[in-house]
Amino acid sequence: MNRLEDLDRKLIEATQAGLPIMESPYASVAAEIGTTEAEVINRFGRLIEQGFVRRIGVAPNHYALGLIANGMTVWDVDDRFASQKGREVGALEFVSHCYLRSRVLPEWPFNLFVMVHGQTRGEVESKRAEIAQLLGETCRSSDVLYSTRILKKTGLRLSRNGG
Amino acid sequence: MTRSAAHSNITLDDVDAAVINRLQDGFPLVPRPFAVAGEQLGLSETQVMERVRRLREAGMLTRFGPFFDAAAMGGAFCLCAMAVPVDRFEEVATKVNAHHEVAHNYERAHRLNMWFVLATEFSDQIEAVACEIERETGLRVLRLPKLEEFFIGFKVAA
Repeated sequence: MNRLEDLDRKLIEATQAGLPIMESPYASVAAEIGTTEAEVINRFGRLIEQGFVRRIGVAPNHYALGLIANGMTVWDVDDRFASQKGREVGALEFVSHCYLRSRVLPEWPFNLFVMVHGQTRGEVESKRAEIAQLLGETCRSSDVLYSTRILKKTGLRLSRNGG
Repeated sequence: MTRSAAHSNITLDDVDAAVINRLQDGFPLVPRPFAVAGEQLGLSETQVMERVRRLREAGMLTRFGPFFDAAAMGGAFCLCAMAVPVDRFEEVATKVNAHHEVAHNYERAHRLNMWFVLATEFSDQIEAVACEIERETGLRVLRLPKLEEFFIGFKVAA
């Protein structure tokens, strides 16, 4: 079991809001938490290996990019093929997130959740058709849920003493 | 093809798209990361920094930096869904959002019309918060925990 050390925690706290956009962002973070640039680079590498950091990079704002139709497509995929099909669907270029989740029977038979963004609902529908084709007979039924309003949105908050 | 952004007056060109696509994952872990990313994009260090800064300021990027997996750090997440009667929607939204464990909440066009994510430090707290919301609202909370995630990234066509 991997554990976070104090310095990791400081590093996470210092970069939760993002990295500075400057020539040497890691040196800047290092100065802030009282360590060296090499240590910051080293720690980030290890946090990625350990799975605490998923990636370092940018997150596009789908709404600002004009992709305002946000459809959560959901699929009831045969459990025997769900992992394999999840990987294939996740690799489609228009898919931003793809998850396998627990079903809640009988009211929620869907286990594969695929976020699809488009400029219009028509675009989302045609992408949904592509996913359906890829899933083929492994999929028993599907649905699409469009978001109509953001009710709340906050970032990740890491508490000081917890995990 | 260029695409106008919906909420800003900047237009995304091919270079912006290349920067967004290249930098979604694998931002270099070296002392001068923008310079290394620039080499792969055929841009100078300054050009990459300027692009990222401009895209960030224009709201085309919501974030630049590390993406943490709170679940791996000991925290827990759970997607939840509720079927809220239309005439009670605002009241229930207020009650649900009042919990600081509710990280985000979306209204969706479906019988299950409220979808939110619970984020807690320990996994047993997910159940406690979900039960509390059920008590406060008298409505059922469907728990849909993640079993597996397939993240590949999202490619922007300019």
